[in-house]
Formats: sequence, C-alpha cells, structure tokens
Amino acid sequence: MRDLVNMERIEKRFPGVHALKGVGFDLRAGEVHALMGENGAGKSTLMKILSGVYQPDSGRILVEGREVMFGSPRAAQDHGIGIIHQELALMKDLTVAQNIFIGREPRLSFGRIDEARQNREARELFAALNIDIDPRRPVDGLSIARQQMVEIAKALSARSKVLIMDEPTAALTDGEIGELFAMIEKLKSEGVGIVYISHKMDEIKRISDRVTVMRDGEYVGTVEAQDTPISRIIEMMVGRALSDEAVVVPDLTRAETALEVIDLNRGREIRTVSFSLRKGEILGFAGLMGAGRTEVARAIFGADPRESGDILVRGHKADIRSPADAVKAGIGYLSEDRKHFGLALGMNVADNIALASLPAFANGVGRLDDGRMHRVARDFIARLGIRTPSEHQEVRLLSGGNQQKVVIAKWLLRDCDILIFDEPTRGIDIGAKSEIYRLLADLAADGKAIIVISSELPEVLRVSHRIAVMCEGQLTGFLPGGADTTQEQIMQLATDRSGLRQATRQEETA
Amino acid sequence: MNATTDKTASTASQLSSGARLAGGAQQKLLAFASLIALVIGFSLASPNFFQVSNIMAILQATSVNGVLAVAATAVILTGGIDLSIGTLMTFCAVVAGVVLTWGGLPLPLGLLAAIGAGALVGLASGTFVARMKIPPFIATLGMMLVLKGLSLIITGAKPIYFNDTPGYTEISQGSLIGLVIPALPVPNGVLVLFLVALAMAFVLSRTVLGRYTYALGSNEEAVRLSGVNTNAWKMAVYALAGGICGIAGILISSRLNSAQPALGLGYELDAIAAVVIGGTSLAGGRGTVLGTLIGALIMSVLTNGLRILSVAPEWQTVVTGAIIILAVYADQLRRQRG
Repeated sequence: MRDLVNMERIEKRFPGVHALKGVGFDLRAGEVHALMGENGAGKSTLMKILSGVYQPDSGRILVEGREVMFGSPRAAQDHGIGIIHQELALMKDLTVAQNIFIGREPRLSFGRIDEARQNREARELFAALNIDIDPRRPVDGLSIARQQMVEIAKALSARSKVLIMDEPTAALTDGEIGELFAMIEKLKSEGVGIVYISHKMDEIKRISDRVTVMRDGEYVGTVEAQDTPISRIIEMMVGRALSDEAVVVPDLTRAETALEVIDLNRGREIRTVSFSLRKGEILGFAGLMGAGRTEVARAIFGADPRESGDILVRGHKADIRSPADAVKAGIGYLSEDRKHFGLALGMNVADNIALASLPAFANGVGRLDDGRMHRVARDFIARLGIRTPSEHQEVRLLSGGNQQKVVIAKWLLRDCDILIFDEPTRGIDIGAKSEIYRLLADLAADGKAIIVISSELPEVLRVSHRIAVMCEGQLTGFLPGGADTTQEQIMQLATDRSGLRQATRQEETA
Repeated sequence: MNATTDKTASTASQLSSGARLAGGAQQKLLAFASLIALVIGFSLASPNFFQVSNIMAILQATSVNGVLAVAATAVILTGGIDLSIGTLMTFCAVVAGVVLTWGGLPLPLGLLAAIGAGALVGLASGTFVARMKIPPFIATLGMMLVLKGLSLIITGAKPIYFNDTPGYTEISQGSLIGLVIPALPVPNGVLVLFLVALAMAFVLSRTVLGRYTYALGSNEEAVRLSGVNTNAWKMAVYALAGGICGIAGILISSRLNSAQPALGLGYELDAIAAVVIGGTSLAGGRGTVLGTLIGALIMSVLTNGLRILSVAPEWQTVVTGAIIILAVYADQLRRQRG
C-alpha cells in the first residue's frame, strides 16, 4: 500500500506547553489508522496540524511523497485532507446541500448560486454512500449520527483522500455505530485513508488496521491492531500496567434507605420508574444512549420538570421543583457535561468549590469570608488529591479528572449525602479513572448514597454494588454487583422491550 | 489561639484579594496606560488642559456617565445588558421632581423616591429577563422606550425645575471636600461617583451577590445546577443597577437644576462604551469597576481635550467610536496571545 501522508519530526510549542516533541505519523491509502493517547497527549494538536488549523514549528509533512505547507484549513482541503471534528460544525438553519457546499457553491452568472446543481450533486454523494438523506431539508432536526454523515459527505465532496475522524462515535447509538463502520469500510475499499481518534478499545479492535499511541506530546509506537492485546495498548498509553481491582460489595441489608423514587413519570422519556437507594450503596444505572437515565437523574434533581411521582429522602417526602430544592434535601448532581453544567470555567478552584455553599461563607450583610473559603478549598485539594498549583488557579486550566474532583468537592462541601454521578469519567484519562473509582468507593464507605450513570459497561461493573438497567424510559431490571454479573446480562435488560410493549398494550386497552 | 487563627484568616483574605487585584490590573493596564498617554498628550498640546479648574471640569463631566457605567458593569458581568439605564436615569429625575417640586415633600424623601423608583424598574427588567426569559437586549430595549414615554407623559414634555428645593443643585455642584480643603474643590458629583464605585467594587469582590454576578456570567446553568436560585440573584443585580440609575438621575437633575424629560436616550450607549473600554467582557464573567472608571475617564478626557484643541464636536464622536473599536481589538489580541 502506498503512503498517503508522512509527518516527520513535527514540533509544536504553545506558550508554556511543549505540545509535540518530534512526532512522526504516516497513513496509507485504504487503511484505518487509529491514533490513541490520553487527553493532552497531543493527538488533536497533531491532527490540527495535518488539517492546516495549526502550523508546525518545525518538521515536514509529505502528501503522496511531495512536501507541503498548509497555511490554512483550506490549503489542507485542497490537498485532499478533510477533518470531521468531534463537535459537529454544521449550520442548522441551512439545508443539507447548502452545508455540504458551503464556501464552494456552484455559481451561475451574477453571483447567483446554482441550487439545483448543488442538490443534485449532494444526492449523488449520498447515493454513493448508500445513505438516504434529502439534500433539501434543513440540518436542524437531523440526528447526531445523520449530521455526522452530512459532515462526511461534505469532506468527500471536496475529494478528500484523507479523512480525520475525532471521536466520531461519542454520541452514537450501537445501531448508528454499525452504520458508520459500514461506511468506513466502503471508503477504505475506495482507497481513502482514515485517521481514527477514539478512546474506545473495542472499536479500535473492530475497525482499525494499525494503532499509533502518543503520550505527553511524544510518539510512543505503532502496532498492528489485530495482533496487539488491549492491555498492551493501554500500557503504551499510560506508561505503566494498570491493575484492575474488582468491586467489593458491602453488606447493606441493615443500612437505612437514603432515597426512594416512586412511580416517576414524564412522557415517553420516563415511564413509571421506581427504585430505592441505601446509605453507603453505589447503584449503577446502565442502558443504551437515550434509555432515559440522565432524564431520570435530572428529574430527581429538579433540573427538569416531572409529570408525576414521589421522591422520598430518608423516608420523608421531598417537594423538589428546582435544583435549589434538591440541594436543600441533600441531593447533588454531577453532570456528564462538566464544562457546561458543572463548572464556572473562568473562575478559580476555591470559587467553584464554594459555588453551592456561598451563603455559608457570608456574614449577615452578605460579605464573604474569602480567607475561610480558601482554607476550606485547600482542605479539599489535599483530601481529594486535586492537582492544581493552588486554589487560585482557574478551573479551565485543570485536567478533566481534576475538574471532576472540583465538582465532587463542591457537593461534599454542601453536605450532600445523595450524589448522582452522570458519566463520571467521561473525558477523563484512563490513569485518572481508577482514582475516581477509588474516590467513589471511599465516599460510599463514608455513608454517602451514590448513583452512577455510565454508558461503559466495564465501568458499571467496576463500581456498582447493584445495577439498575433501563430501556426506552423504563427500568427493565436490577442485577447484583460483583464479579458474577456479566456484560451480556446487562445488555439483555438494556434491550428488553417486552415490558414496554406490555405497557403500550395496556395504554391501548385502557 | 483564636486570635492566631483569625490573623491567618485575615492574611489569607488579603492575599486572595491581592491576587485578584493583580489579575485584574493586568487586564486594565492597557486602558490605564492609554488614559495617562491621553493626559500627557493633551497637556503638551495645550497649556489650558492640565489646570485644576479643567481637571475638575473633566471629573464633573465624568460623574453622571461614570455612575451609569458602574450600574451597567454589574448587569454586563452577568452576561446581560441594560439598554434602559439612560431613560431610567431621566425617569428617576422626573420622579424626584414630582415628589419635591410638585409634592413639596422634604429633600431626603425625593432622593429616596428616585432611587427606589430606579430599583423597582430594575427589578421589573430583571423579572422580564430572569423569570420570563426575554433576552436582555429586547427586554431592556422595550423598557427604554416605555420609560422615555412615561417621562414625557408625566411631565407633559416640560422640564420640572427644582427652584423650590433649596440646596438641590449643591448635591452635584457643591463641594464638601472644598469646604475642608479649599485647594481641592472636588465637586460633590465626583464624590458621589467615587462612593458609588467603591460600594459596587465591594459588592462585586466581597459579597455573595458579587460572586454570583461573576458566576452567572461565567456559566449560568452550572450555577443553577449548583442549587442556586439564579433567577432571584439576577433580578437582584438588575434592581441594584436600577437603584444606581436613580442616583445618576439625581446627579444630572441637580446639575441642570431640572428634570429634563426629553433627555436620556444615548446615555446608555456612552455608559456601555465606558464599560467596554475598561476591559469588561460583553459575554460576562470578566471585568472590574476600576476598569469601568478608567474607561469613563478616557471618554471624558478625550471629549474635553479635543474641545480644548478646538476640534469640532462631530469629530469628537468619530474619535470616541474609533477608540471603542481599538480598545476591544487590543483586548482580543491580548487574549489570543494569552
């Protein structure tokens, strides 16, 4: 196979960071080359250089053997290099075809756009990809998976020979992932080279030919995907072998009930969900994307309204209509999207830890005791092992794992003893994950009642004392935690639509 | 033992405020340097510029815009905007006129009524924005027009004079400091601006309300999901800003010895300009009162200096506009590099 791209000794420095230290990377025609590494390893920077977003300080880039210099994303595109960013960048009010041809619209005289030709060419593209999307409909309302297809079509319409995909499956369901992989296979067979950035080991095994691992801005090595065990790849990523501790399920039969949810309902998203949670228990919530787990959590927390259902905290009915009510009842919610829903990124560590408890630091006229606030923050930094130069550091400068610890500190300070973690390790390095798992176990041992929502089955099995599984808004069953429960058992419940059909029938007869 | 802990606490608190000042100072350095450069430039260009009387005139001219800009700073820090502050100022002046001249009530009641009316209107704007989720730009644009109309309706489009309220003009024109130190005849209006700015700086940096103001501008949803009643705090910020507009209304009517109902439109833009020149981000979460003061001073030094150099007023406006664009561009450059 011939080489499409060779990157040699690429150097890149940002103020205060040596992002890439003499990194090399190559891509052959018709292969899927996975690029792996923890957050901050330099994968994205390297790919932004390849796609012309950044310029390297030194080093060479060759495309099909010829040295090139990309001054802009447009220049890279002209050399057949397309990138599909993790956060999709489509204009939702424009049509699908308008999005595909943005910046390259076919023209008629007097600067008029040839919409007919645009739509026709878009339709041909989709036909070649075996996808059924109407080019004339607006992008708004398309599922994330479909939007991604549009992005891919857009890259291909620019006659890309190289396609860079940054975590393309992050928001896709299993079915959609299958569809995406079929498309990747098709592109491969046509000789397109694909750079695939992902954290999901099983996907890497499924579709990639070679794997290149980076760590701390350095090239670690390239291996054949099929012959290399996952444990070896992880070792390359973190620089050491990870011990995999199993969960220890404590005996909670005599523990008091912390939270009871009875017949929670909202439309199609939450259908008569009931469960209870004991002090010291970690209840895992498993299910596919869109099963309603986050919706249940947000409804309990008062972030979204509920149609009916009762929430009992320590045996007493809690009237929760807003997050403020939930917090007063001692419930804390840690969102999967820390940056948007958990942290004030521009503010410092101390302010973020105190965010839910500010009035407790104020005197009668609302004057804040900054000294006490900072002392408390330093206590939490030490207790949770938050790696930060000081409590004055802005949280946006911390790593994902340390940001998560700041959010945890916020709820611990607020004295919440029911904590709901939504995807607690999303965007967190493998090395830091086990630290978060240990923290969860410690919190439970301290008597906190914990709900962990996770889409990663190994994670659910790794932390849960008991596992609740949801499917399409319904709780389809509970499984015990511990080594005897398998991923297959969870998947069976997660795809169990029998209860649902029954419920629908009942609705129909009623 | 207790004394020691208290001491550590207060040292820590001083340290933290020191660090915050240092961070903010960097942001304002450019604006401050521009202010100094303008003062030196005008002083060299004209001997009439750097005179005590002229400096006092500049300060006096800053007072009303400065007070309005302090009000605008708080709202802008939440990530909002208040376009009604100019006409609200006038409305409050009219309220003072109604209470004092028409009602013949004592002076303190008139002042209280003006400030109270401002706070109530601010609370209304805050309610539209926070509870009814009307975008701040639209809600306060509507409020701006409503207030302009109300002022004209109440007064029958004629000014209300304060001739029956002895000492009313002294509120802005007199000089308490001049009584004590005759060499330094700082007008009371400037003193008021100083006190308002000081109070707002305290609120923003040291109180729960202030911390939530920055937090709202930084990430409102995260604050809500922290269990904070964000609507109530946001309404409080708009109400506080409204009350300060009441103070601005008193200042301007004292200076003119009358409430001029047709006045006010356009003042909000000058105030917002001062806030922006002072380095406060229109996206919220970033900015300081000191920066706003420097911004307001830059605007009046510019107007005054250009007038002394006999530049036509039309050109003064052009220069002010260019300065706003330059100031924000410089801030962008700094952020991209940082």
